[in-house]
Amino acid sequence: MTTAPRDLAFLRGLTQARTRSGSAATPLTRRDALRVAGLSAAALGLAACGVQGRGAAAPPQKDAVAGYWADKKQNGTLRFANWPLYMDKDGKRYVTLESFTKETGIQVEYQEAIQDMSTWFGKIQPQLAAGQDIGYDLMVMTNGIQLGRAVALGYLVPLDHARLPNFAANAGDTFKNRSYDKGNVYTIPWQSGVTGIAYNPKYVDGEVTSIQELWNPKYKGKVGMLLDNQEIANFGLFALGIDPDKSVEADWRKAGQKLQEQRDAGIVRKYYENDYVDALVRGDIWMCMAWSGDVYQQIAEGQDLKFVVPQEGATIWTDNMCIPKTARNPVDALAMMDYSYKPEIAANLAEYINYITPVPGTQALLKDRAAKASGDDKEALDLLAASPLIYPSDADMARLRSYKTLTSAEEKVFEGIFQPITQG
Amino acid sequence: MRRRIAPYLLVLPGGLWLIAFLVVPLVFMASVSTQEGDIVNGFAQTFRFANFADALTEYRTQFLRSAGYGLAGTVLTIALAYPVAYWIAFKAGRRKSTYLLLVLLPFFVSFVLRTVSWKFLLADDGILLQPLKSAGLLAQDFHVLQTTAAVVGGLTYNYLPFMVLPIYVALERVDPRVVEASQDLYASRLTSFTKVVLPLSLPGVFAGVLMTFVPMTADYVNAAILGGPANTMIGNIIQTEYLVNNDYPAGAALSFTLMAAMLIGIFVYARALGTENVLEAAAR
Repeated sequence: MTTAPRDLAFLRGLTQARTRSGSAATPLTRRDALRVAGLSAAALGLAACGVQGRGAAAPPQKDAVAGYWADKKQNGTLRFANWPLYMDKDGKRYVTLESFTKETGIQVEYQEAIQDMSTWFGKIQPQLAAGQDIGYDLMVMTNGIQLGRAVALGYLVPLDHARLPNFAANAGDTFKNRSYDKGNVYTIPWQSGVTGIAYNPKYVDGEVTSIQELWNPKYKGKVGMLLDNQEIANFGLFALGIDPDKSVEADWRKAGQKLQEQRDAGIVRKYYENDYVDALVRGDIWMCMAWSGDVYQQIAEGQDLKFVVPQEGATIWTDNMCIPKTARNPVDALAMMDYSYKPEIAANLAEYINYITPVPGTQALLKDRAAKASGDDKEALDLLAASPLIYPSDADMARLRSYKTLTSAEEKVFEGIFQPITQG
Repeated sequence: MRRRIAPYLLVLPGGLWLIAFLVVPLVFMASVSTQEGDIVNGFAQTFRFANFADALTEYRTQFLRSAGYGLAGTVLTIALAYPVAYWIAFKAGRRKSTYLLLVLLPFFVSFVLRTVSWKFLLADDGILLQPLKSAGLLAQDFHVLQTTAAVVGGLTYNYLPFMVLPIYVALERVDPRVVEASQDLYASRLTSFTKVVLPLSLPGVFAGVLMTFVPMTADYVNAAILGGPANTMIGNIIQTEYLVNNDYPAGAALSFTLMAAMLIGIFVYARALGTENVLEAAAR
């Protein structure tokens, strides 16, 4: 909510019948102005707290990049907000950040400030709307509804690709030009992950290959689904053989029906946020929608779990680095973005984070490191370099789809269909 | 002169605090609740009171469910708290404060953490259910988590001290000589409890109900952590509307509807139980 004064067209809305488009409003006369001024203090109080929007997403101006970056200088500090366990760590030291500081002289204040997208967006939205510093120059946002809103509201800085040579040279083709940000205007990937199916072979017989297993009445009360509207919608669509990216409203309704059947049959134990991992490990659920990196970390810790990309398809999502429009040190942020695309650095990150790295060249590097290492280290590195969860096979890649980018109007429809299923 | 100003000076800090952080946000939220629009295009004040009707019709189930859970939880806390408070007030002797501290001890641990610990306790193959299942006392697919029982249980557990304390305070004030007098007049122990002690402790129960029913009904943590698909409470919906959908008008309309419903409920309840009783207790 902003407390910025509303425009006069809005104040008119208080005294006149509002037309749907608002275009029929007549120019404000002095009388009108007086009448507005005479409104009770309460009404003014009410008027002051509308939430200012920005209208539909305007494509960035051609000179927006140059215009923004022309007078920006490196300041030697960077405030970086990221998700937990998303930066390689040795004891209490962030190795990559230290080497970054050594190389560039930029001091990094690193915070694991982001737990989930909706809460994060809820936190920064009022400040960005008011044009205030959010306390960070670089943040990592997952593609999806909130990132779409941030772009549409003009909260992100258009990137100067002239300063991102490592990104251009080393990013995998699948990580450039993603549908949610064509041409990487505002974002470049930090890490990617797959939403697939995880299961516990202790309870589930045989191999799971099909998404239909999530509808198998045999597992009544033992299946976990994700709470997120888009995640669950995608799985409903995959189950019906529909590509989410190309889906339309009629498809969503069919998917909603399919998911409702699953719930009504008592198959779904719960619609989880990120707490599904514990439930899966403890045996409360036997099979669930899951994020690849979570499952890989459990496997690496010795848990007997399996992760599959179902034959019908699965979702690939990407956490993206982006710069909020109120950043104080945007040049430093850009330097960090590019630094993470150096193959050596990306390999260090991949080794620790266990999600899909946007730098495919790291696989060879990790194999090299494995060859030189011995004992447990070697085993861990071999597992990593060969893991289809970190380096998905081409066959897996071909089955992966992105979230659909929704307009505000579509979001409402979407919520109306899927929220009653997860929160009915 | 100074005497006349002093009371106002006393109320000034608290009053300003309430105006800044309660009244102003409430006015803002009231305004938002009748606006229209979405986060990208902005919200505009159109005095759309249909937001309230929409909120009620769309989420009737969750409203009723929350009230039901709040009621069940309140009744359960009374059943559990009264004997505890009674025992501490009359039978605990010199160790009263120790036992009171024990009642409060859970508050030293975060609310969320306490609730999460239930997940470990009640896991399908956890320390509680696994032995019972192996002994054949429970069906293999029996589970507590993601059921209504788990949510109501969690609510009861988390709000229990809020019921114990006011009942204890009320019981503590009961003059033992009054009980003695009733027994001198040939009242049995039961009669002296139902006719003397219980009525005198009712203001405590009333206060306890206010302090548990209201937050229980608006709670969302227990349903989120312990509940399943069919346990969503109105608090969860409000959270989703605000934080996930960024549909501030819908969230605000829901919040105000909830507030109004609870105020009315409490008013009716206060009338039924007799406000004088409570005011009297407060004045004593």
